[in-house]
Formats: sequence, structure tokens, C-alpha cells
Amino acid sequence: MLETTIRNKLAQKDILLMTHIVIGYPDLDTSFEVVRTMVEAGVDLMELQIPFSEPMADGPVILKANQDALATGITVDECFDFAEKVAAAYDIPFLFMTYYNILFKYGVEAFAERMAKCGLCGAIVPDLPPEEADDYLAAMNKHGMAPIFIYAPNTTEARMQRIAEHGKGFIYCMARKGVTGLQTDFSGQLGDHLDHCRASTQLPLALGFGVKDRADVEFIKGKADIAVVGSQAIRVLDEGGVPAVEAFIRSLR
Amino acid sequence: MDKRGYFSGFGGCFIPEILNETFEELVKAYEAAKADPAFWQEYIDVMSNYSCRPTPLTFAENLTNHFGGARIYIKREDLNHTGAHKANNVMGQGLLVKRMGKKRVIAETGAGQHGVATATMAARMGFECTIYMGEEDVERQRPNVFWMERLGATVVPVTDGSRTLKDAINEAFRDWVSNMDTTHYVLGTACGPHPFPEMVAWFQSIIGIEARKQILEHEGRLPKSVYACVGGGSNAMGLFSGFMDDPVELVGVEAGGKGLDSGKHAARLSSKDASVGVAQGYKTYFLQDHDGQMKDTHSISAGLDYVGVSPILAHLQAIGRARFEAATDAEVLEAVTLTMRKEGLIPALESSHAFAQAFKEAPSLSKDDIVIINQSGRGDKDIFTVADAFNDPAWKEFIKHKAEQYDA
Ligand SMILES: Cc1ncc(COP(=O)(O)O)c(C=O)c1O
Repeated sequence: MLETTIRNKLAQKDILLMTHIVIGYPDLDTSFEVVRTMVEAGVDLMELQIPFSEPMADGPVILKANQDALATGITVDECFDFAEKVAAAYDIPFLFMTYYNILFKYGVEAFAERMAKCGLCGAIVPDLPPEEADDYLAAMNKHGMAPIFIYAPNTTEARMQRIAEHGKGFIYCMARKGVTGLQTDFSGQLGDHLDHCRASTQLPLALGFGVKDRADVEFIKGKADIAVVGSQAIRVLDEGGVPAVEAFIRSLR
Repeated sequence: MDKRGYFSGFGGCFIPEILNETFEELVKAYEAAKADPAFWQEYIDVMSNYSCRPTPLTFAENLTNHFGGARIYIKREDLNHTGAHKANNVMGQGLLVKRMGKKRVIAETGAGQHGVATATMAARMGFECTIYMGEEDVERQRPNVFWMERLGATVVPVTDGSRTLKDAINEAFRDWVSNMDTTHYVLGTACGPHPFPEMVAWFQSIIGIEARKQILEHEGRLPKSVYACVGGGSNAMGLFSGFMDDPVELVGVEAGGKGLDSGKHAARLSSKDASVGVAQGYKTYFLQDHDGQMKDTHSISAGLDYVGVSPILAHLQAIGRARFEAATDAEVLEAVTLTMRKEGLIPALESSHAFAQAFKEAPSLSKDDIVIINQSGRGDKDIFTVADAFNDPAWKEFIKHKAEQYDA
């Protein structure tokens, strides 16, 4: 179970690192190399994004990666095959991150079933609020997959508690308003927000949106359990290729 | 947790968590406004003082004689301020923004009509304004970009994806998730997450309420059918709303583009190419592939060139209350030409889809039948597209001259 895995890892480290890649960006072989490199550099969990043509909640870097990956003709089937391959090769939890239409068109139940077969642990679906998630929750629960929900900076504590009832594995906390990949101020207020998050759920907390260097990760230590690095890793990949990604991940803690 | 805003299983509210509170606030403001008769009265007052309401219902005598079938009436939404039905929606949302105390509005636009209408509303009501528009549409509808900027709005060309309306919508949502405390997103059509479909349809219902009253005054009876073009579906919902409980056939006309077999169209309800999906915050028919990726669409008219469609229209089709057809680019050009020559009216290319379908059907109806066509907007904005389509030599000469003057 994802939560247990996370807790076991937390017994050995004061903060876990979760990274994010867009499957098929810039191509499937490079994606695999990036996963290998990240795992070898000590990443604890990974989000594998299935590209979608309308990634509403993503900022410019991930938006472009989605579009470029789709332009190569990548399919959802290939993303499953990719996930199966990395999950077999590396012993860390892998999650899918994607938008609801990908699951809906595939068939939510069949999607969750195949996730389980591929050795995945859960999914993050940012445009699926718990209010709309009945089918998804049923399917994910049936197949032992963790549905990860999100706390925004303006989510009230009462709503946090309601969301937490549906979530498994961990809760993904957004460090600020807006889309992924833009500047975040890792200081004062964010700590208060995380205190509220902590008070409203027993689940481990991940913090993402704008995490880009060691100072950010240091800030998160003690306040959340998992630091999430998304856009910055794609920027590093674009600029320096796979070797730069390895140096970048190692520099984070 | 509650599900809201469903129509036969279409609709819903699929939004990122960050927007939850913004939508709760919007739903509350909308529901309070709807329950307050003073709000609707204020809306009617604004529309009659600032726009041109009630817009006339014009009897098209020459077209009626030409086809020799049904009596053809035209609802003149082109006479609204800024030249389209879009004014109804933006002024309504503008009044709501005032109630919510926000200072900035953003909008997406395809044809540019909704952008111009929003920029106008923002100027009048004193809001800061940013308009997102696909780069391809910026090119197709340059005159509207010019006006938006003159009206004080910032126009942001969107270079992602297909560079049309759907990409402008995504970009507007991206702005909103960063700026929702100060900003309202004036969505331009009866699509998107709840409460937009219902709320936009409510503001547009003024079209149908007037049209019903007017036809009863003119003819003492109801029409057999009413025709409206369908982009997102707001002008169609507006006209249909007036006749929902009557034995009147509701006909929505989508962009048939180069033909339904060509793959180059934007027909979601009238073709077999669309399927149910969830994107841009709501569940409806989308033109998408097997995996759920949105496809590129095509229409001669930027305002109909959209991958999704109002969940309320999808519902009306599902329950058999409305019928959906498609008109091709070629049929539309024929219809606009005939309407200009016979009636001296220049409907927008969007609206001309409704004309084209009504023209197909009117001749076989009886002389006692009445039909109403919604002229959702005026065609001035389409001068470049229409001139190109007809390969107009004098126009080309004029453009060349103008360009030379700039070079000199
Ligand atoms: C004149 C005109 N008619 C129709 C439409 C289509 O929109 P809707 O289906 O929301 O009425 C547009 C959209 O821009 C428009 O400008």
C-alpha cells in the first residue's frame, strides 16, 4: 500500500522526493533514461504524466511537453506499456498523473484495473474534484490504487477534511495559486498553510508547485513529507540532457 | 459530496481544486441574482439603454417569396451593441461581477465578437480586461483585435495547440487559477463548468422571450420551427429558451465545414465523429480521438470552430427536444449572398449557418408555416473572409494599395 511504503521510507529520511515526467517527452527512450537516472539519483516516488491535449492546470513548461509528446503520436496504450516497464525495472512507487478525459475515454474501471496490472500505485487527476469522482473512487478502491487528491492554498479546513476522507496514499498540497512551473515564495505563509493541511488529515503530505532547488526542499522539511519537483526537471532536461537531470536531482538534498 | 449542473448526465463541474472556492462564490452570486427580480429588471434596463433591446423580429418578405414556402422571420441580434448576441451575456455577467466586487475580467474569444463585447462591457463598467484569442483567430479576425485593443483591453494571442478557441479557453483558465481573487472569467458561451452553461443560457434567454412575444404580436401564432447556429450554443439556447414549452421545433445548426465526410468540420451533435468526454471543465460531446485527445476542427467561421458543445444542447438532443444539422462552408456562403441580395441584411458567417439550414427546409413547408432564424450577429467582421471566398478583385486591389501606402 502506498501510504505504508511512504511511511517506511520516512522512517529513514526526513524528506522524500517525488519527481514528475511527461511520458514520451521528448520521446519514449529518453523518458525511460530520465526515469532510470532519477531513480539512481535517489528519487523516492515518481509521477508519470499521460499527455493530454488540454492540460488545463499545467503551466507553460509542462503544457509544451504535453503537446510535443502528443506530436510524436504517443498513445495511452504506449503510456501503459511504459509504466509497466519502469515499474518492473525500479522498486519505487509510480503514479499516473493525467486529466480525467483520458480515464473516462478508456473506461474508468478498465483504466484502474490496468494500472494495477502494470504495477502502478495510484493516480493524480487534477481536474477531477471529489464531487465528480464516484466512479473513479470505486474503481481505484476496487483495484487497490491510491486516488491522490489536492489541497489548494484556499481550501478551507472543513473541505480539507472532506477531501481527506476520499484520498489514499498522501495528499498533494499546492504551494501557491496558479499553474505549475512558475515562481513560488517558499516562506512564512506557506508554513501556516501546511500546518492547516497537517491538522486536517492523517495522510502524509506532498508539497509541489515551484519546487526548484535545495533551499526549497530544505524549507519543506519538517512541514511536509514529500517535495515534488515537476517543471524544473523538464527545464533541466531541455537545457542539459539526461546527465544534467542526474546532477540536478543529486543537488536537491 | 454534491454533483451540480447536470442535464441528462451532461455538464458537471470538473475544475481544479484551486478554483473550488471561486466557483462556490460564483454559484452563490448567480443564484442570488436569479432569485432577485430587481437584478433581471436592471439587466433589461441596461440592455435597452445601452444595447438595442428589444431587437426587432424582421419579416423577410423577399426571402419568403423567393422560397415560396414558410413565412420567414429573422430575430435581429445583429443590432445589439457590438453587433452580436454576445452583448447579452457579457452585460449580464458584468452586472454580476459588480455584485461580486471584482475589478478585473478575462475572456476567451474565437470570432472576436465575445472579446469585443467583453472589452466594451469592461470599458463601460470600469474593469481591467484581458482577452485570450488563438493565434489563428487573431489572423482571421484582425478587425476585432484592433477594436478590443482600442477599447482598452489587452489581447493575448495563444500559440498553443490548434491556436483557436479551445486553446484560448485553456489559457483563460490558466490566468484564472492565478488571479481568481480579483478576476472574473467571462466565459463566452453556454459551455464550461457549472454554473456557466445555465447562467449564460439564462442571460441569452432574453432573445427567445422577446421573439416569442413578437411573433405572437405579428402573427398571432407560434412558429413551426426556429433555427440558430451552434458554436458553444449560447445564441441557440437563447432563442430555444423562449419556445421550450411550446410545440415548436428547435433546430441547431453546426459548422459542416468542408462536409461531414471530410473530417474538416466542427459538427459535434450532427455528426458521428464526436463522442462523450470531459474537458474544459464539463462533460459533453467532443470531437476527440480514441484516446480522448481533442481533434482540430474546421469552419469558415471562427465562432463555430469549437470542439465541445453546450451540455444543455446535448441534453435537448438526448431527450429528442432539439434537432441538430450541419451547413457546409459553401452552403453558408450561398446563404449569406442570398440574404444580402434579397433582404439587404449581412448576417455573420456564424449566423449564416442557421440561414442555410432554414433555406434548405423552408421551400417544402406550407405557406401557413412560420420559421424564425436567429441572426446572431452582423457580418462586417467577416469582410476579409468573405472577400477571399469570392476572390473579390476590387477588394484585393484595395488591400494591395493600402499595404503599399504603409510601405511608402
Ligand atoms: C455572431 C456569432 N454567432 C454565433 C456564435 C457562436 O457562439 P454561440 O453558439 O455561443 O452562440 C459566435 C461566436 O463567436 C458569433 O460571434
